[in-house]
Amino acid sequence: MDVPYPAKSFQSRVIMSKRKAKGASKPIGECISQLQKCLRERLCHNRIPSQLEASEAQHKHLLGLLQRTANNGESNSVLIIGPRGSGKTALLKCVLRDLLQEKEVQKNLLQVHLNGLLQTDDRIALKEITRQLNLENVVGDKVFGSFAENLVFLLEALKKGDRSTTRPVLFVLDEFDLFAHHKNQTLLYNLLDVSQSAQAPVAVVGLTCRLDVLELLEKRVKSRFSHRQIHLLSTLSFTQYLEQVASQLSLPDDFPDREFALDWNSSMRRFCEDKSVEGILQRHFNSSKDFCSLHMLLMLCLSRISTVNPTIKPADILEASRLCFSDAKSNMLHGLSILELCLVIAMKHLNDVYEGEPFNFQMVHNEFKKFLQRKSSSVYNFEQPVVMKAFEHLQQLELIRPVDGSSAKTQREYQLMNLALDSSQIIEALHKYPQCPTDIKQWGMSAFG
Amino acid sequence: MSSSPLPPPLQQQRHPGYEEERLRRVAEQLPCREVQAGMLLSLMGEPQQYSLPCIFIYGHRASGKSYVVNVLLKELELPHATISCAECITAALLFEQVLLALFGGDAAATLPRYPSLSDFVRIYRHHRSRAPAEQTRYIVLEKAELLRDMDANLLSVLVRLQELVEDNLTVLLLSELVWDTFRPNTGCLEPLPLHFPDYTKAELHQILSRDRHPSYSADLYASYIHILLGIFYAVCRDLRELRHLAALNFTKFCEPVTEGKAKESDTHKLWRNIEPHLKKAMQTVYLREVSSLEWEKMQQVETETGPLRGLSAHTHVELPFYSKFLLIAAYLASYNPARTDKRFFVKHHGKIKKTKFLKKNEKTSNHLLGPKPFPLDRLLAIFYSVVDSRVAPTASIFSQISSLVTLQLLTQVSHVDQLDAPKYKCAVSMDFICAVSRTVNFDIIKYLYDFL
Repeated sequence: MDVPYPAKSFQSRVIMSKRKAKGASKPIGECISQLQKCLRERLCHNRIPSQLEASEAQHKHLLGLLQRTANNGESNSVLIIGPRGSGKTALLKCVLRDLLQEKEVQKNLLQVHLNGLLQTDDRIALKEITRQLNLENVVGDKVFGSFAENLVFLLEALKKGDRSTTRPVLFVLDEFDLFAHHKNQTLLYNLLDVSQSAQAPVAVVGLTCRLDVLELLEKRVKSRFSHRQIHLLSTLSFTQYLEQVASQLSLPDDFPDREFALDWNSSMRRFCEDKSVEGILQRHFNSSKDFCSLHMLLMLCLSRISTVNPTIKPADILEASRLCFSDAKSNMLHGLSILELCLVIAMKHLNDVYEGEPFNFQMVHNEFKKFLQRKSSSVYNFEQPVVMKAFEHLQQLELIRPVDGSSAKTQREYQLMNLALDSSQIIEALHKYPQCPTDIKQWGMSAFG
Repeated sequence: MSSSPLPPPLQQQRHPGYEEERLRRVAEQLPCREVQAGMLLSLMGEPQQYSLPCIFIYGHRASGKSYVVNVLLKELELPHATISCAECITAALLFEQVLLALFGGDAAATLPRYPSLSDFVRIYRHHRSRAPAEQTRYIVLEKAELLRDMDANLLSVLVRLQELVEDNLTVLLLSELVWDTFRPNTGCLEPLPLHFPDYTKAELHQILSRDRHPSYSADLYASYIHILLGIFYAVCRDLRELRHLAALNFTKFCEPVTEGKAKESDTHKLWRNIEPHLKKAMQTVYLREVSSLEWEKMQQVETETGPLRGLSAHTHVELPFYSKFLLIAAYLASYNPARTDKRFFVKHHGKIKKTKFLKKNEKTSNHLLGPKPFPLDRLLAIFYSVVDSRVAPTASIFSQISSLVTLQLLTQVSHVDQLDAPKYKCAVSMDFICAVSRTVNFDIIKYLYDFL
């Protein structure tokens, strides 16, 4: 898996720090360390970039909306919709960062961040809202009749000093579609009700990955929603994608060692212009355009960088791409024992002959016995319990799954199962299987069992 | 302290931030897994740098996943919480263990009685702000496939825990299954999949040879492992099972040497001695029919007192006379189609056209499809024709049927409420019924449709 590198005599980091005092530029070990730190923060921790090129229009739209809430006391609601990894959270964080640059807004605006995965209940959500608005002492032990009363009480308590208007509140609802599964959608109803009824300046921003999120809302909730949607469907072209890759890999201007940064950036530009690299990136672009998979690929390349290997070469990205695209089930098939492999081949033949109808252990064992009787096969004729144990191992690996039905009343040997593997995966696994006996290979490749 | 060079994937130049001495200790404890350990270390990076939010490590059983991760985290002294999801029947136990390992007892004590995910994240953030991470924290979840069946959102939250708690945290999920079976409906953050390949035969040999007995030579043990792998490798590649089998059978292997009947170099003699023993082990200890204690006791007794009684042997109960015939009748009712009863059980059935009984394709062989349910009346009809003497339909016959159901030799298919037309299925194997019918001198093969 790992290409052996020539043993170069680079200094270790301990000796590096002693050399630091000598020259003006930093030693290579420390530069690499800084490089890793910077790029890892960008790729793994999703540090917000200074600007998002791809979603300028959406950025302006959302920023304008939130500014009107914060400054003019206007209530708004908006949904940001986009598939996973398209940059919804990044967009919101960018907008918030720009919004909070105004001093007035920073002083007055309150933020409540809720997540549908964590706040699974309206009661929990309300407690979280109370906590984030720092109103736990104010609420104390009060008992409220309904959700609406509670919410109104909270918003009243936020009135500014002169008791004229409430401070503007921004509600961010991550995984918005999960809130729609709560009982009666109380939280959504009340939040959107407040945003419509001009009691207090409230902005409700929902982030979701489901395009059909509006279908999930009840009629009364949908009518209170402003139907403003910001879509983040990725419209990147391949050249823009390449530019993204280059910008993700280049070091910013505030890197401590200027010379190293310039060297690195120019080598990255050369790297991105390489034909083989372009081919690999084209393949990734064709399978998915989102940032998450790109970050994973770049992270795999980045992890190979060290003093032994101080730059990214095309071989690195080729290896990383191979890891990303490797089929997990084929990898697991590689590790099966010969007996288990024979059972998988028997199941493949049953599927071919009976066109995917479910089978049980007796049928598979019968098919296997037919193979054993045929020629002088190299596989020993194992006892039924041993074959059953192999079959159960395959079931544990979820390569075969029981058909839904009452499994309690049928004996183990007669329980119907389906194979979760494709013929092509099995044939590929046979090619890669270490020291596969030829007769088993031929049996597997043949079309007729 | 050995002075052998570190294998290339674990060299100190590749992993600055970790001491050479510690890396050497890691390399010693992880034979044949240097590449995977090196890959994991390079993804982890230096302790204070960020790493991926979630890494999904998958591979067969006993391929070293937990072992490598635990050795790395312990030797390099990184803050971690290792939890086996099999121990956490509720999510609350998982939260408690994570907080206990990462922040100490008082953090775990602040968890409320029935903590929700919201509580867990809130408390984590609170403690994180008090004790920010100077090094990456690791949460290791073994048997992660059990997380799918726990709380609905638990898996989705765990893969993006780094983002939710805003801490330098990496979650490692270890599992035997592939990620495709884990993915929730609306998707989630995809972790980086890292495959731990199975050991090759040579690697298994190398690892198993490490357990050698000190009083015998390494060559003897190596030849023993070679023989063991020759027999068991085709069936099982699980390192744990092979180690268990190797440990159990070594004394028997060395018997000729200790008794002076053979020298260490007489491989053929030793092989002849151990080979039938290992074959028997495959049918008993490997299948857990016999416990390892019984196996060892058996080895000490020289003469065999008959065939080894495993656990399955105990299912062969001695039944009363009529119960045996009831069981035989049930088997015939389950595996013969109803239309053929006339041919088998009526004395003068006349000429039956042969075309009716042509065997179609093999799939319809009832022994492949499984037993079919039959009503009580049919069972009794067959029973009366199979038993030679005249039997009165008394309550004792019916109660024998109920006791067969209790013994799980028959299963009741119809609902318990239906008293007037109960249906049953026969749940015994062909070998069992042949053994039973031999004891009453009944030739069951003659009466089975599939063997016409």
